[in-house]
Amino acid sequence: MRAFDYARATSATDATAKAAAGATIIAGGTNLLDLMKLEVMAPEQIVDINRLDMNRIEHTESGGLRIGALVTNSDLAVHPVVRRDYAVLSRALLAGASGQLRNKATTGGNLLQRTRCGYFYDTAMPCNKREPGTGCQARDGFNRILAILGTSEHCIATHPSDMAVAMRALDAEVEIESATGIARTIPLVDLHVLPGETPHIETTLDEGDLITAVILPPPPGGVHRYRKVRDRSSYAFALVSVAAVLRIESGKIASCALAFGGLAPKPWRVAKVEDALTGQEPSPEIFDKAADILLADAKGYGANDFKIPLARRTLKAVLRESVEAAQ
Amino acid sequence: MSLHTTLWINGETYALDADPRTTLLDAIRDHFNLTGSKKGCDHGQCGACTMIVNGRRINSCLTLACMHDGDEITTIEGLGQPGAMSALQEAFVRHDGFQCGYCTPGQVCSATAMLEEVSQGWPSHVSEDLEGPAPLSEAEISERMSGNLCRCSAYPGIVNAIRDAAEGGTT
Ligand SMILES: Cc1cc2nc3c(=O)[nH]c(=O)nc-3n(C[C@H](O)[C@H](O)[C@H](O)COP(=O)(O)OP(=O)(O)OC[C@H]3O[C@@H](n4cnc5c(N)ncnc54)[C@H](O)[C@@H]3O)c2cc1C
Ligand code: SF4
Ligand code: FES
Ligand code: FES
Repeated sequence: MRAFDYARATSATDATAKAAAGATIIAGGTNLLDLMKLEVMAPEQIVDINRLDMNRIEHTESGGLRIGALVTNSDLAVHPVVRRDYAVLSRALLAGASGQLRNKATTGGNLLQRTRCGYFYDTAMPCNKREPGTGCQARDGFNRILAILGTSEHCIATHPSDMAVAMRALDAEVEIESATGIARTIPLVDLHVLPGETPHIETTLDEGDLITAVILPPPPGGVHRYRKVRDRSSYAFALVSVAAVLRIESGKIASCALAFGGLAPKPWRVAKVEDALTGQEPSPEIFDKAADILLADAKGYGANDFKIPLARRTLKAVLRESVEAAQ
Repeated sequence: MSLHTTLWINGETYALDADPRTTLLDAIRDHFNLTGSKKGCDHGQCGACTMIVNGRRINSCLTLACMHDGDEITTIEGLGQPGAMSALQEAFVRHDGFQCGYCTPGQVCSATAMLEEVSQGWPSHVSEDLEGPAPLSEAEISERMSGNLCRCSAYPGIVNAIRDAAEGGTT
């Protein structure tokens, strides 16, 4: 690990000022320190935000939930309101990492965790994300865990979070405070960006921006499911995951929200997939049609080709189970 | 840069003056010579370094000592000593919950905090019902302990030891 100066933020303003001056924010540290040990990241200054007052879960005026950026993955997963009204989020969190890691991992840090692409982690290898312009070894290399949707010629990395996939299905928003003291709230869909020609740019955040909270709208009701397929049954990242919130009325799908993990550089959600299902009577044919739409532009790179049929099967299984549970 | 940090470990005060890069694990092993906690992977992937910090189990290899100024830490040395073992430690001995023993301090710290999570009604990935009770089945123990790998694969003994201790038994 390279040497760095450490400072503890005394306020959100102090944190954003230090971050704007070049310091890297540390929350749980479970991703940042891992990458710093390998010198994939080598900040010269670190600002520790752990003692800031951002670890509360509160009701919003509109009947939703405001989750402080420092709320741990454990505390969020076991919160009574989350378990009852946002079960898909509890399920996604409980499917992620381990008991120990969830006790440290924070809401803000989880959203901003970096890809698990092996080349990104290996400083001896070229990688456009780590060192812009050096090339992408993964496209023709070991890419079993990498993306089939939203990729570019320059990078095929996935966003590894489970939590963010459930939050995407729940239409979450992200509250951000900037170094100029201005607070803004953006839909989660606008936080992460696709790699395009600049895979090193992963979010729309500016230098100095601090995530202060995630806002959930009022509970959507319906059946909640999070299905994660991985190489071992626990303590492993998703190969494919599906978050579903679905309502059935008079034998038809009244509404559904579907978000996908393990497939793309950001939590993936396609309105047309949901449109194809909404108002329809559930059937294997209609589920297949939804999968056709989801995977129309999917592209495998060899070792990850299997994700295309796996995503179809997982989506269909989740739809079948959700419909059964809703009836 | 050297930083001053005070840690409360197993009920005693320890003062650290060290480079901020020092992880909590390295501080406790190398600076305070409490070598019960082990380093397996140093990357959050094995659980050998598990300690209980402010009541919660964490991977001490993935956190900096300086982030824990004033925190209360329990390591394996604080759970029990030869001749005065905790119920879980005794159960690990009774059930052969180890072979080489390298993962054991982490397993025992993890299980101690895990049982506390269960008593607070935390569900797990394998719990049928997020809100209902989750009886401590073999599947529940395995899932909740998945953050602790055992290279010797003493898993059956580990699960039996934890179940036995949880039931307060001496089988
Ligand atoms: C072995 C292992 C297995 C794992 N398995 C899974 C899994 O199955 N599923 C899964 O989803 N995750 C998994 N994880 C990843 C884990 O969830 C993340 O490491 C964790 O959520 C990151 O949160 P943190 O608070 O520790 O972030 P940190 O490491 O502290 O920070 C991560 C990044 O976010 C930035 N940051 C943090 N907080 C803020 C803020 N409030 N505002 C602005 N920037 C901020 C930091 O600067 C840093 O760049 C695993 C990790 C490990 C080590
Ligand atoms: S996929 Fe992205 S992260 Fe992986 S090697 Fe290519 S550029 Fe780097
Ligand atoms: S040494 Fe910390 S998890 Fe392996
Ligand atoms: S007893 Fe040898 S690693 Fe677990």
